[in-house]
Amino acid sequence: MFSFISQPWPWYVAGPLIGLTVPVLLILGNKNFGISSTLRHVCAACIPAGIDYFKYDWKKEIWNLVFVSGIIIGGFIAAHYLSNPNEIVINDNLKAELAGYGMQDLSNALVPADVVNWENLFTLQGILMIIVGGFFVGFGTRYAGGCTSGHSIMGISALNWPSLVATIFFMAGGFFAANLLLPFILSL
Amino acid sequence: MSKFTKQQQEDLQKRELDSMCVNESHLTHPWYYNIKYLVVGAVFGIVFVKAEIISWFRIQEMFRFQSFHMYGIIGSAIVVGAISIWMIRKFKVKTMYGEDIVIINKPFNKGIIYGGFMFGIGWAITGACPGPLFAQVGTGASVVLVTVLSAIAGTWVYGLMRDKLPH
Repeated sequence: MFSFISQPWPWYVAGPLIGLTVPVLLILGNKNFGISSTLRHVCAACIPAGIDYFKYDWKKEIWNLVFVSGIIIGGFIAAHYLSNPNEIVINDNLKAELAGYGMQDLSNALVPADVVNWENLFTLQGILMIIVGGFFVGFGTRYAGGCTSGHSIMGISALNWPSLVATIFFMAGGFFAANLLLPFILSL
Repeated sequence: MSKFTKQQQEDLQKRELDSMCVNESHLTHPWYYNIKYLVVGAVFGIVFVKAEIISWFRIQEMFRFQSFHMYGIIGSAIVVGAISIWMIRKFKVKTMYGEDIVIINKPFNKGIIYGGFMFGIGWAITGACPGPLFAQVGTGASVVLVTVLSAIAGTWVYGLMRDKLPH
């Protein structure tokens, strides 16, 4: 049993579990599934700076902050007690492409250890990967009014058509960056 | 809605701006009622890590059409979510506290296109959307904290510029 749990889980186990989060949050307390709004609540709680967009009663959305705290704890539990001892298995073409940029370290299955590390943070590559990338995630999700969870899963599940449009543009941005921007950034 | 005061309604309207996940409850509960969301979040975080959804490598495979994994996850999550919401609407399921479950669909605005494309770029570069960023921090990838802070900064700058951006 444990060896099954410590293996990477297949999509048909993980996908339905994530989908179930939608009704679970609704039934537990009428909460719509979404994560990126927590970034806004942090702004409202810590650095509102008199900006009208952050002047609201963030304590009413504290469940969302508790939820992401749970995600951090879940990440800790999975990495420390349920982790897969083997290297991540990736597509051969991707492996060859990454090797071309000198990225061969697959010891961390979650972040590319060769480029996302503290030593690399203040190089141009690190700034683009870690700081600019994060900025785009925060700015873009709020501008779009949601992220993969809020739009792609909650929104499409509720048959909210603008969420489908949002998801199409998430994917378009991703294809653009992965195939045209990243080859440049990773070869820096 | 009528149960809310004018001030509460204005606050709700502001919280609802550019947000999918704001749903007002008429109930006020002590803080420890939130612990259940901690548990749901933790289960969710474990799934994120164990299914490698938060893996930069899996995201790269997705955007290069090299693997079905992420498409299978997002697709099956939507199928399960859609069936659930259909059933909740059809059978008028209530919350565990007996409140009506209301899911309000959000209108379209141009920010969905511009912001969506920007987020997609950030998603491919960092290999993470907001949920996975938090999970990556939990796994001990401490440098990702910088990415999280940067995402908070991005949200803050959006709030600062919001009135000047096309919507």
